[in-house]
Amino acid sequence: MNDKKVDNGVNVEALLGAREALRDAPEGAQFAWRATCKWISGTHSRSTVNGFFGLGKEQKHRTEFTFEADHPEIFASEDNGATPVELVLAGLASCLTAGIASVAQNRDIQLRAVTATLEGGMDIQGILGIDKDVRTGFDGIKVTYDIDADASKDDIKALVAQSQKRSAVFDIVTNPTNVTVEVV
Amino acid sequence: MTVRTSAVVLGAGHAGLAMSRCLTERSIDHVVLERGEVANSWKTERWDSLRLLTPNWQSRLPGCAYECDDPDDFMTMLEVIGFMEHYAQVISAPVETHTTVTSVRRNDDGYRIESTRGSWQCRAVVLAAGACNIPNVPRVAEALPLFVETLTPMRYRNPTQLPEGGVLLVGASSTGLQLAHEIHSSGRPVTLAVGEHVRMPRVYRGKDILWWMDAAGLLDVTWDEVDDIRRARNVPSPQLIGSDERATLDLNGLSKMGVKLVGRFAGVNGHKAQFSGSLSNVCALADLKMNRLLNTVDEWALEHDLDDAVGPVERFELTRLPASPPLSIDLGSGEIRTVIWATGFHPDYSWLDVPVLDRKGRIRHEAGVVDSPGMYLMGLNFLRRRKSSFIHGAGDDARDLSDHLLGYLDATG
Repeated sequence: MNDKKVDNGVNVEALLGAREALRDAPEGAQFAWRATCKWISGTHSRSTVNGFFGLGKEQKHRTEFTFEADHPEIFASEDNGATPVELVLAGLASCLTAGIASVAQNRDIQLRAVTATLEGGMDIQGILGIDKDVRTGFDGIKVTYDIDADASKDDIKALVAQSQKRSAVFDIVTNPTNVTVEVV
Repeated sequence: MTVRTSAVVLGAGHAGLAMSRCLTERSIDHVVLERGEVANSWKTERWDSLRLLTPNWQSRLPGCAYECDDPDDFMTMLEVIGFMEHYAQVISAPVETHTTVTSVRRNDDGYRIESTRGSWQCRAVVLAAGACNIPNVPRVAEALPLFVETLTPMRYRNPTQLPEGGVLLVGASSTGLQLAHEIHSSGRPVTLAVGEHVRMPRVYRGKDILWWMDAAGLLDVTWDEVDDIRRARNVPSPQLIGSDERATLDLNGLSKMGVKLVGRFAGVNGHKAQFSGSLSNVCALADLKMNRLLNTVDEWALEHDLDDAVGPVERFELTRLPASPPLSIDLGSGEIRTVIWATGFHPDYSWLDVPVLDRKGRIRHEAGVVDSPGMYLMGLNFLRRRKSSFIHGAGDDARDLSDHLLGYLDATG
């Protein structure tokens, strides 16, 4: 029996504490996440994240984060950054992976290594407007997790299954979300 | 004219009757108020072919066990109604039938109960009016096009009341699976929208799964023994049915019949019904949970030297799904003529004029002791024990709560 305390770097007590506190004060649970994006040239743009709203007031990240996006050379572009859809895959992967670490911490499972490999299939006749019956987005996303942890195969599968249940990006990608775009 | 009594029990279903018996045993004068007749919900709000998913040997109430030829069989609705009517007589329950309670209010003397047939003043009141009064129909249902029929299990009786053509069944718990099976068998192709669910085999290693859960003490686990009682109380009804063949009904069985599986109902966009892309996740969650239950059963069997007396360890085929389940159905195509919402129920507390509801309309209680002196609650999922919502669970809950009620009357006498 391993007596070493499990440490995946997740402060589970703080999360559970927040859960209880917000249960009685749901107004504090209303968050708003933000990003701004500036066009640079061609299909190249730079998105910036620094502030969000939560726990009743404006909050700031420790520092400003930037993400470049572009299209690849075979799209007659300059490949100055990953494509937006690849950023979505990265978003999904990081959300699921963060969830796996949190659930593992809560269930006293020590993680040693976690690698997610993702692939989103896409028929580009959609985005190129060649065929209106083809969806412009992904026709499916496949995620493969390779996890080295102090737990049985079934327990690891349960970690992964539970993290999907609680993942914001998984919900965003698998369920409809209203998007309204206006021009000022 | 107001009748004074020590306790009033609301509802003459199995929970209200069990409580009545316990009150009588403790010499507490009381009345049971019932808006219809004994076993009203079973008589008026269930479908024709429904059978209990608990075997006969589990059907017992304080002072009375169900007498039958086959303890491993499952009661039909008529048999359930007969059992309860017989029980009400055997215990001489003081039931006032066709008496609809219109308000329960607290006053200096205890509680005042107004009804369609008079009023009562009492010191204690037991809410046993059922957990399944109102079907949960999500707001998104309002967006369904008008040319599609919609129905809930409250009004569903059998497939012949449905138009010919396809049926979209929303919800894959006990009710959803039974209805999917019955309706698809009637020649109306069923599409089943699957959210989170609880999967378990009917028979495992030769014995009923509920026999295992009972023997291993799982049904007797109390509310204070679980990590997260709120989560435990929201666990959906298991995918079990009662049948002569003791058949297991699961998503694989339905797929084999030709039922189409799609993800959780996620929205309506114009004429399009949308489904979640999380179908493989909810099925994985259910398969894993089933295997954890079977592991628990196997460990218990080993500990109790039963391995030789029961069948061999087995594991069941994981839920098979198509590579790309449909994410939407065009309701305008005519493929679907009816939508049935098998998405659960919630209790009706519209007549409860005591401030004991939380901001989501749920009663504030600690294992059936409501947040108002002398008020008690019965019949909810995992109220006091995992078996609280099963017929045989009412007995232990009624004993505990009537003891508490007696203590309350003595202390405030």
